Amino acid sequence: MPKEKKARKIKSNLPNLAFDKPESVSIWIMGFANLIHRQFVKGILFLAVQVAYIWFMVTRGIGALNGLYTLGTQKQGWVTPEGSKIPILAEGDNSMLLMIYGVAVIVLTIIFAGAYYVNLNSARQMLALRLSGKKAPGFISDLKSLLDQKFHVTLMTPSIIGILLFTVLPLIFMILIAFTNYDKDHQPPGNLFRWVGLDNFAAILGANQLLADTFFPVLGWTLIWAVIATGTNYILGMLLAILINKKGIRFKAMWRTVFVITIALPQFITLLVMRNMFNDYGPINEFLVSAGIITNATRILFLNNVLLARITVLVVNLWIGIPYTMLISSGILMSIPNDMYEAARIDGASPFKLFVKITMPYMVFVTTPYLITQFIGNINNFNVIFLLTGGGPNTSTYYQAGKTDLLVTWLYKLTANVRDYNLASTIGIVVFVISAVVSLITYRNTVAYKREEEFS
Amino acid sequence: MKSSQSAKAQRIATNTSIYVILTVLAIIWLFPIMWVVFTAFRAEPGSFSPNFLPKSLTFQNFIDLWNNEVYPFKTWFANTFLVAVCTCVLSTTLTLTISYVLSRMRFKLRKPYMNMALVLGMFPGFMSMIAVYYVLKSVGMTQSLTALVLVYSAGAGINFYICKGFFDTVPRALDEAAKLDGATNAQIFTKVILPLSGPIIVYTSLMAFMAPWGDFIFARIIMGDNYQKYTVAIGMFQMVAKDNIYANFRQFNAGCIVIGIPIVILFILMQRLYVEGVTGGAVKS
Repeated sequence: MPKEKKARKIKSNLPNLAFDKPESVSIWIMGFANLIHRQFVKGILFLAVQVAYIWFMVTRGIGALNGLYTLGTQKQGWVTPEGSKIPILAEGDNSMLLMIYGVAVIVLTIIFAGAYYVNLNSARQMLALRLSGKKAPGFISDLKSLLDQKFHVTLMTPSIIGILLFTVLPLIFMILIAFTNYDKDHQPPGNLFRWVGLDNFAAILGANQLLADTFFPVLGWTLIWAVIATGTNYILGMLLAILINKKGIRFKAMWRTVFVITIALPQFITLLVMRNMFNDYGPINEFLVSAGIITNATRILFLNNVLLARITVLVVNLWIGIPYTMLISSGILMSIPNDMYEAARIDGASPFKLFVKITMPYMVFVTTPYLITQFIGNINNFNVIFLLTGGGPNTSTYYQAGKTDLLVTWLYKLTANVRDYNLASTIGIVVFVISAVVSLITYRNTVAYKREEEFS
Repeated sequence: MKSSQSAKAQRIATNTSIYVILTVLAIIWLFPIMWVVFTAFRAEPGSFSPNFLPKSLTFQNFIDLWNNEVYPFKTWFANTFLVAVCTCVLSTTLTLTISYVLSRMRFKLRKPYMNMALVLGMFPGFMSMIAVYYVLKSVGMTQSLTALVLVYSAGAGINFYICKGFFDTVPRALDEAAKLDGATNAQIFTKVILPLSGPIIVYTSLMAFMAPWGDFIFARIIMGDNYQKYTVAIGMFQMVAKDNIYANFRQFNAGCIVIGIPIVILFILMQRLYVEGVTGGAVKS
C-alpha cells in the first residue's frame, strides 16, 4: 500500500506541460517531446500510433461509428440498376457486422486514449529530466525496464489483449444487443435490426404477457433452486465430512477418495449416465417394474413430471455437489482448535450442541466466500439442468422454456434454438445483476476480502 | 468402571452406525460409476440390460469405439488431447504471470484490474458465445482447433485468485533478498517464485488441461457440423442423442472410461492442492 502512494506522489511531482515549453507540442503531435530528446524509437512509435489512428478514423472509423448508430439502412433485396431492366440481388447492410465494427472502433479509441495518456506522461517526464539537467534514457534501457520496474506491463499485456478480444469485446457486444430487436425475425444479412432502447426489458417485465409469464416463474425457480441446492449441499456435505473425520473412524483416505472420484469425472459423462438411469424406460424404472413394485402403467416419471423432475435435479445435484463440500470442509474441520471442544465438553455440552455452537459458526465463518461462489455457481448451474432434463418437462405456458429451466438454460435455448439473441442478452444482464447484487452485499464484508493486503 | 464400559459400548455402537451410513452412501455414489464400467464391458446388445452385472464380459466395445467410422472417436480423442495440451501451456502461462504481477507488484491499474475480473466473472460464461463466434468468423477462424485453444485460454487472466493466493504466501523476504543481490523483477519471477511454486503450477496446468474434456458449449458452436474437428465432449454427446442411443450406448460407456480414468487418477493425486486452492490457503493442515 505505501508503495502505491509513493508512486502517485512521484507522478504528481512531474511539471505541467505549459505552452512555453517545447515538450508541450506533444499535446498535438504525439512523441514530439521524445524526438527532441533523441528518444527516436519511442518518439516514432508514438507518432506512428497517432498517424495510424487518424488515418484509420478518417478512412473507416467515422463510417463504422455511423454504422453503429444506424445499424444499417439498406435492406438486402432486388434492385434494378439504372439503364438496365434486369433486377439484381443487392447486398444490404449487415447490422451484425456494423455493430461489431462499431464496437471495435470504440475499443480501439479507448486503447488510443491510453496511448495518448502514456505519451503525455512521457512528455512530462522529458520536461522534468530537462529541467533537472539529466539526459533521457535510451531505447535499450527503456526495454530493459520492461523486465524490471515495468515488468507488470510486459506480463499483463498478453492477458489483457486476450481478455479484451475474447471476453470484453463479445460482452460489450452482447450487452448492446439487449437494446436492439435482434431476434429470429431480424436476422442479418437478410434483414436489418435496429435500436429499441429498453423495450426488451419492458417485454420480459410485463409488456409482453407470454414473456413475462415465462420470465417470472423461471426467475422464481432459479432462486428457489439456488437456495435449496446451495443449502442442502452445504449442510449435507459438511455432515458427511464430520462423519468421515470423526475420531475412531478408520480408512479416512479411502472414504474420501470414494466420493472424490465423482468430482473427477467430467460432468457431462456422469450427468448423461444419470439421465439415462432416471429415464422413463431407464434401469431404475425397469428394475422397479421387474421387482413388481410398480407396473408398466405406473412408471415413475422422474424427469417428465414437474414436481418430480424438480426434486430429481435437486437430488442429482446433491450427488454432484456433496463431494466438493465434503472435501473442503474436511480440511477446515481439521483446523478447528481442539481445545474449544474440550472446554465445551467439560461444561457438559452434548455432541449436537458442539456442532451448533462450535463447528457450525466456525465453518460458516471460514467458508462464506465459498458459500457465495456456490450460490452464484448454482444460479448459473447450466450442466445439471441442461444435461439431465434439458429444462423439461416442457409447457405451452412458457416461451421456449420448460419447468426446470433456469435463467441460464433458457438463455442458452433462446440463443441456440430460436435465435432470439436480444432476449438472451437481456436475460444475461438480469443474471449478472442478481449475481452482482448478491456478491456485493456479502463478499465485500467477508474476512477474506478485507484481509487481502495482509500478506504484503 | 461400569460407566466407562457402557460409554465404550456406546462408542462402538455410534461408530458402527457411522460405518453403515458411510457404506450405504459410498454405494450410492459409486453405483452410477460401476454402472458405466459394467456397461462398457457388457457383451449383450442394447442400451439397457435389466441385470446390473453383465452376463458376459468383452473388450469388443472398446475396439469398436476405437475403430468406429461414423463416430471417429480416435480423431476426437486426438483433437481434444491436442487442444488440451495447447490450452494447458497457454493458459497456465497467462495465469501464472498475472498472479505474480498482482501478488508482487503495485501499480495503478492493479485494483481496477482485480475489480474488473470480479465483474466479468459475474456474467454467465456463455452469454457471449454468439459474439465470440462472430468475432472468430470475422477473422476466418471458425471450425478450427486453434480457435478453440484461444477461446479456452484467452480468459485465463481472470482466473488468478487461487494462484495469487498461493504466491501471497511465499515470504516477501525472499524477493527482498534477491533484490538486494541486484535481481530484476523478471529474475525474481523466474528464479525465486516459480521454483517455489511447483504445486500450484501443477494444479493450474491440470485444471487447464482438464477443461477442454468437459466443454460442449463453445466447442459445439465453434465447430458447427465439422465433425472431424469435434472434441470428445460434443462427439460423445452426439453418440447418445435419442436416435443413436440404442446402437451406441455401450461404446459411449467405453468412451467414458477411456476419458475418465486418466482424469480421475490425476485428480485424486491433486486433491489436496484443490482444497488449498478453493479455500484460498485458509486451510493448511
